[in-house]
Amino acid sequence: MKYSVDENGFYGRFGGAYVPEMLYPNVEELRQNYLKIMAEPDFQEEMQSLLRDYVGRPTPLYFARRLSEKYNTNIYLKREDLNHTGAHKINNTIGQILLARRLGKTRIIAETGAGQHGVATATVCALMNLECIVYMGEVDIQRQAPNVARMKMLGATVVPATSGSRTLKDATNEAIRDWINNPEDTYYIIGSVVGPHPYPDMVARFQAVISEEMKAQLLEKTGSENPDYVVACVGGGSNAAGAFYHYLDTPEVKLVAVEAAGLGIDSGESAATSVLGKEGIIHGSRTLLMQTEDGQVTEPYSISAGLDYPGVGPLHAHLHQSGRAIFESITDEEALQAVLELTRLEGIIPALETAHALAAIGRLGAKPNDVVVINLSGRGDKDLATYLDRFNFDGK
Amino acid sequence: MENRIQQLFAQKPEGLLSVYFTAGFPNLEDTVPIIMELEKNGVDLIEIGMPFSDPLADGPTIQQSSEVAIRNGLSIPKLFEQLQDIRQHTQIPLVLMGYLNPVMQYGVERFLCKASELGIDGLILPDLPLSDYVREYKALFEQNGLSNIFLITPQTPEQRIREIDTHTNGFIYMVSSASVTGTTTGQSVTNTAYFERVSGLGLRNPGIIGFGIHNHDTFTQACNHASGAIIGSAFIKALTKAGSLEENISTFIQSIRQNEIA
Repeated sequence: MKYSVDENGFYGRFGGAYVPEMLYPNVEELRQNYLKIMAEPDFQEEMQSLLRDYVGRPTPLYFARRLSEKYNTNIYLKREDLNHTGAHKINNTIGQILLARRLGKTRIIAETGAGQHGVATATVCALMNLECIVYMGEVDIQRQAPNVARMKMLGATVVPATSGSRTLKDATNEAIRDWINNPEDTYYIIGSVVGPHPYPDMVARFQAVISEEMKAQLLEKTGSENPDYVVACVGGGSNAAGAFYHYLDTPEVKLVAVEAAGLGIDSGESAATSVLGKEGIIHGSRTLLMQTEDGQVTEPYSISAGLDYPGVGPLHAHLHQSGRAIFESITDEEALQAVLELTRLEGIIPALETAHALAAIGRLGAKPNDVVVINLSGRGDKDLATYLDRFNFDGK
Repeated sequence: MENRIQQLFAQKPEGLLSVYFTAGFPNLEDTVPIIMELEKNGVDLIEIGMPFSDPLADGPTIQQSSEVAIRNGLSIPKLFEQLQDIRQHTQIPLVLMGYLNPVMQYGVERFLCKASELGIDGLILPDLPLSDYVREYKALFEQNGLSNIFLITPQTPEQRIREIDTHTNGFIYMVSSASVTGTTTGQSVTNTAYFERVSGLGLRNPGIIGFGIHNHDTFTQACNHASGAIIGSAFIKALTKAGSLEENISTFIQSIRQNEIA
């Protein structure tokens, strides 16, 4: 496996565990145990049964007829939006909560951007009767109010991150500080393929169920496991990691990672890390990140809270640098148009994050016989306030 | 050849007061005046904080002073410019403390050469892993006469403490409890079992206790268990009081030392 993590926790030159000593024992405990625990038959059995009966897996692979007609190709939507809690995030939180329990941890912390990971974490904590604290940027708390309400209803404590840009990056800082302050009883459920090793690899493995199912479903529907394109949006990159995972070593499958251009790549208000970032250290990982010449992390911007992150997972940095994945970036405006397009053509309201992947379809150059899979990572309920504000439905 | 940190511990093995402050705070050009005042007031060792936008191991006080310093225009090149002639004015041991990313962007090798040229004695980079240090940077630190100071915590296993002790040659920074900087919930430094466990290991490097040390009592308690103590957040808070830099610094240091002879 050319693109999987090496024994030191690196993807090519990216990854590793650049953490202060205070976090070393926690990260080391996880590193020594995650593969062993994940391989235990009773762990697998419990996880598979929850994914099936509680989350609702496998999620459908839906042939989007009208969307396909419009782009004159064959588009399939991997319906992660139909998971319990409305996004792919719960694939990972189910896995990590079972791991946390086996490590004897009683207090769960998480960071969240759009709130999807926070909701997915609060959900599994309710299910397992564990204390749950979610850090969320003050700005995101305002723009994702429904998810804040859901977390509270599920019994979680939502703590506003008030430092820096008051978005996902700062929520992650606060969660890490909480973990430093509570090293014995606390487990940190990271929501994306970011952070120190082993998190990027562990989260990718929990999300890999997406491409595992895709292969079987494509074989049944098209006669081949392999599509021509797999397209996913990338903030930290967990849904993309899951959608790409089983295709990483299949070069004929083109992998397309779609970042948020915000108001435009050159506008100064963007979150397109692969274009604007350079190599550095963020949240314990060596990866591409947006920063000043002096190495200060810059504040990204995207209309989508889930893509509003100045870094990208080390796997994706490696896929970018090695050329294995194609990186596209989509503006706020293009994403909003894609929301409306999918809603009106297929009757599916996607999340803002997901809409970035949808907006890239026209750029693929897909041919009429090509098979394109879009990872429909989340549904748009949480974004309704933004949609109502941006689209004028009166008179339409 | 010994650097000033090693000389200090040889001359004065106990009761050391080390002070951390954020360079470029409260005002951009306060860096050198603060160093001079600290020396005048009998501080033994100074840690100059290089501000970073995302200081994971720091509490709100150092986060905020870092934000202000960055906004004031403090960068690594600017700091080096400020420290250009520092060794013409003081021989106090100086340590630079910061996070790895800004140092990486400056260029690690270039950074170490420049620091050495300016007369810096050591570095604390909390997110530089021990394994990376040993593999990639140890030789460079040694060539430049710089001590690399590592942190240990109550959770650090004995074997790892011994490994750290092997690879460092200044002092070991003993984090007093599981916390970020600036946590002052207790009025005392109570982790006696941990301090005794570490002093019982017979390490070749002296230890200094930091995190949560904020007044005379906590300073004295820490000194009972190690060669000295480090004060950061409490000092930074003192800098923002009404009054001149000189007054604030001398009042604060006197409150820590009280009747002790500096």
